[in-house]
Amino acid sequence: MDFIDLLDPTAERDPVGRPLAPRGGEIRRIALLDIHKPRGDVFLDELELLLQAEGIDVARTAKPTFTKPAPADLRREIAESCDAVIEALAD
Amino acid sequence: MELVALVKHDCPTCDQLLPALTAAAQRGAPLRILSQSGERETSEQAARVGLTMIPELDVDLALSERLDPDAVPAVVLFDGGAETDRVEGLQRDRLIELFEAAGATLDAGDLPAMRPGCASVTRDPAVAAAIAARRARAEGRIRSRILRIGGLEDPVEALYDRGLTDGLPVVPPTPERVVAMLEHSARDPQDVVAVLPPYGGIATVEKVAVNAVMAGCAGPELPIVLAAVEAVGREDFALHGLLATTHPAGPVLVVSGPYVEQAGMRAEVNALGQGCRATLCTGRALQLTVRNVGGGRPGVEDRATHGSPAKVGFSFAERLDAGAPFGGLAQDRAGLAAEETGVTAFAGEAPRLVADQLARDPESLAASLAEGLEQVSSIRFRLAFDAMLVLGPEHGRVFREAGWSRAQLQLALHQASHRPAGEIVRGAGGIAEGLDPAWVTDPAFPVAKFASPDRILIAYAGGDAGLFSMVIGGWVSGEIGSAPRTARVEDWLRPGRS
Repeated sequence: MDFIDLLDPTAERDPVGRPLAPRGGEIRRIALLDIHKPRGDVFLDELELLLQAEGIDVARTAKPTFTKPAPADLRREIAESCDAVIEALAD
Repeated sequence: MELVALVKHDCPTCDQLLPALTAAAQRGAPLRILSQSGERETSEQAARVGLTMIPELDVDLALSERLDPDAVPAVVLFDGGAETDRVEGLQRDRLIELFEAAGATLDAGDLPAMRPGCASVTRDPAVAAAIAARRARAEGRIRSRILRIGGLEDPVEALYDRGLTDGLPVVPPTPERVVAMLEHSARDPQDVVAVLPPYGGIATVEKVAVNAVMAGCAGPELPIVLAAVEAVGREDFALHGLLATTHPAGPVLVVSGPYVEQAGMRAEVNALGQGCRATLCTGRALQLTVRNVGGGRPGVEDRATHGSPAKVGFSFAERLDAGAPFGGLAQDRAGLAAEETGVTAFAGEAPRLVADQLARDPESLAASLAEGLEQVSSIRFRLAFDAMLVLGPEHGRVFREAGWSRAQLQLALHQASHRPAGEIVRGAGGIAEGLDPAWVTDPAFPVAKFASPDRILIAYAGGDAGLFSMVIGGWVSGEIGSAPRTARVEDWLRPGRS
């Protein structure tokens, strides 16, 4: 037998290329995203102090639950109002 | 009018008829003679029986597939492309009639009045499967991309090397196997069962069948796997988070209803263990579908700290015989009729034992089982995790004889799994973990383990002997996590609603 044919068990999707957001611009406002895991807030409180000391404006944001992807509205709000986002994964 | 004759090389009846057929053709009869055999065998047959012409080859058995005879030799009469008559095997007088109808003569000579033919090559199971696969592709019923590997490659190794397995060997998903699997659902193979995270892969009936073949499923298991994929694909099951979490949970499938028997699942001895193909393969097929179609790979998107052997696949059947203390889980939760079968998906861990050898009254046994349930995740974690209790028959009997309903037992378990806040507040007993002290105003206040009685799912399965039940700890539950979901097997057995 010259070959064996098998069927592809995947969804056959090619990954969509997503270019990185432009880099090098001035960062004036950073979102701190709390995913709602225990002690994530402790970590973000410390980060907030450090960022404020650098003169950076901080927006505290949170996912409703760590078990599900961030809602589209939240992602859009962060993208529109902030220059960068830091997510606290907590564990 | 024209005639077509199909023969093959290893058929003594064909040997006997061929000289008369070729002679008729050479006298000008409107006759094509085609062999189902290969070129070499056909030439050898022609030499062996002394033919003065060699039959044509029925390339790819295209004509044989179309005419679909049971036996050869088969002589078919056409009028303007439409079949009007045929003879299979050697029937002298009928063959003479056919040739006369075509305006030709057959010199029947010494031919016997009647001799059975031999099975058409298209009746060979392997050939029939290949033809069915080819037809399914031509008709668009199967559309998956072909992975072509070398004939000397081991397909099991090739699939492993391409990252398409769970680490265990899989059954190679040949088109023939997948098409045979699809025979067990009347749904269109291109029907969408679910869109699976994390990458939004579209799980069609065909893709689920490919993965079911790989998992080792027998055909009758397919409708169960399809229902399972439907259940986990529902938004509030939160499969995205479940497959990505550090927690060791995965989808646990409980199959409740009469189709359990048709699929070959066994709900008695070792019901949650090894030994039953349908039990093992349905759970594995779901996980392979999630991995391959959704794209969630262990160690990449799946961040489980430890995982668990149950994440290879975890499925079991409910034992709904006369000894069952109440109806099936799917019937109770989703309102299915007793004659229907449901697959309930629950985000859960591997099972663990809860033993009670002494309780003979339902109140005592419920309190004892509740202690086992309280251990889920941490005795100090409250309200966030559901649990499933799989009652064994010797425990189930206590509730059946007392006439308890499922709801009654859920209520008793819920009540018995409260604990005074002061025992589980942070710092109590020298343990840092626990309730936030800000929530605790009265140390004696009883704090529930579960958010409500119906957050304790109760199933019934296992062998006759053993005063045991099993606890399956849940993942984060309810609106902030995963809600159990049930899908009906019959929806995947029957043709889809259009």
